[in-house]
Amino acid sequence: MINKIVGSLAEAVRDVPNGATILLGGFAGAGYPMELIDALVDQGARDLTMVANHAGRGDTDYAALILQKRVKRVVCSFPGPQGSWVFQKMYEAGEVELELVPQGTLAERLRAGGAGLGGILTPVGVGTELAAGKQVVRVDGRDYLLELPLRGDFALVRAHRADRWGNLVYRKAGRNFNPVMAMAGRVTVAQVDEIVELGAIPAEDVHTPGIFVDRVVLTPRQAR
Amino acid sequence: MALTKAQMAQRIARDVPPGAYVNLGVGIPTLVAGYIPPEAEVVFHSENGILGIGGPAPPGEEDPDLVDAGKNAVIVRPGAAFFHHADSFAMLRGGRVDIAVLGAYQVSAAGDLANWKVPGGGVPNVGGAMDIVAGVKQVWVVMTHTGPDGRPKILPECTYPLTAKRVVRRIYTDLAVLEVTPAGPALIEVSPGVTVAQVVAATGTALTVPEALQRA
Repeated sequence: MINKIVGSLAEAVRDVPNGATILLGGFAGAGYPMELIDALVDQGARDLTMVANHAGRGDTDYAALILQKRVKRVVCSFPGPQGSWVFQKMYEAGEVELELVPQGTLAERLRAGGAGLGGILTPVGVGTELAAGKQVVRVDGRDYLLELPLRGDFALVRAHRADRWGNLVYRKAGRNFNPVMAMAGRVTVAQVDEIVELGAIPAEDVHTPGIFVDRVVLTPRQAR
Repeated sequence: MALTKAQMAQRIARDVPPGAYVNLGVGIPTLVAGYIPPEAEVVFHSENGILGIGGPAPPGEEDPDLVDAGKNAVIVRPGAAFFHHADSFAMLRGGRVDIAVLGAYQVSAAGDLANWKVPGGGVPNVGGAMDIVAGVKQVWVVMTHTGPDGRPKILPECTYPLTAKRVVRRIYTDLAVLEVTPAGPALIEVSPGVTVAQVVAATGTALTVPEALQRA
């Protein structure tokens, strides 16, 4: 019997090794696996490479990891929205590296990683400083940058509803990066608001098929 | 009289055709939506995976799972769709979005855009800026004609790091509306109370002024 449900957040991230690459879902707080990242803070793994749209806010959850010097590298598109003082401080002190990736390129590199592809060709960034060090490929008279696939040792995603096969349904704009990160994680962990009986999610309404998901943990919503 | 931010947004709104698919950047661009009537059925795209944004969420009804790219709580209208990030940027890069309205630090005579980084700035952020302009059918920039120090923002070449080359189609400023043509920027319209001479003086590169406006 397939049962991907795990009993606790601690169990869900128990085996994250030092040096792991972690894919972290969410955009502007929506679909952000807050409890999973808190569990990772407790778990202790370090020398992490974090892949997300941003680089944390305030000094809790993701920012706490950076503040504790457990993140050696951040791959993201927008590390410095308002309130990202931790990343700014650590970056300027040389404690954390940054790979800045245009948001659409980030999404497509993740998809490529999850899809077993060797890379993608995108026109985004041609002629700008973000083309530095990248191979330019010309196709039909247009220049593209060769961008490499992104994969994670762990993908931490947030969804609304799951079943024990790991099928996921997202809620509204909480979807964002989660589906492509779920594909690109070697171990994909999903925290969800509710777990339903197998068959309760109609097949045509599955957003992320459970084949991409390894662990599901229930984290009912609380007011924050 | 130079236009205010609200007036610039209102001016842009007049040019958006009914039924268009439009992406609005953070800042003045988001004000544009408020001047487009719902009956026009303009479909607003948000890079984080929404088509059909209906406006800001009423106070007290904010849903943390329903925010736009600027982290504002929004509502959606009938016909809306949610999708993931790769699909969202496929719509932009793949040329399905008709108009992107965004701010800028500088625009060059050839339509190069600089709007993501200032030289010597701290932590660099790029977000979706480069992707948005890569495939959208028309890029409309909205910005003040000159910087706070009075320096022109429309220049022969951008001096700030580029977002993309040769993408800008139209520039809406507090002083004028300009179109980027193969011959460089052309003046289309002057703000009420502003003279052509003022616009030319505030522009850092040669401006084509059609005869009809030369008398203004």
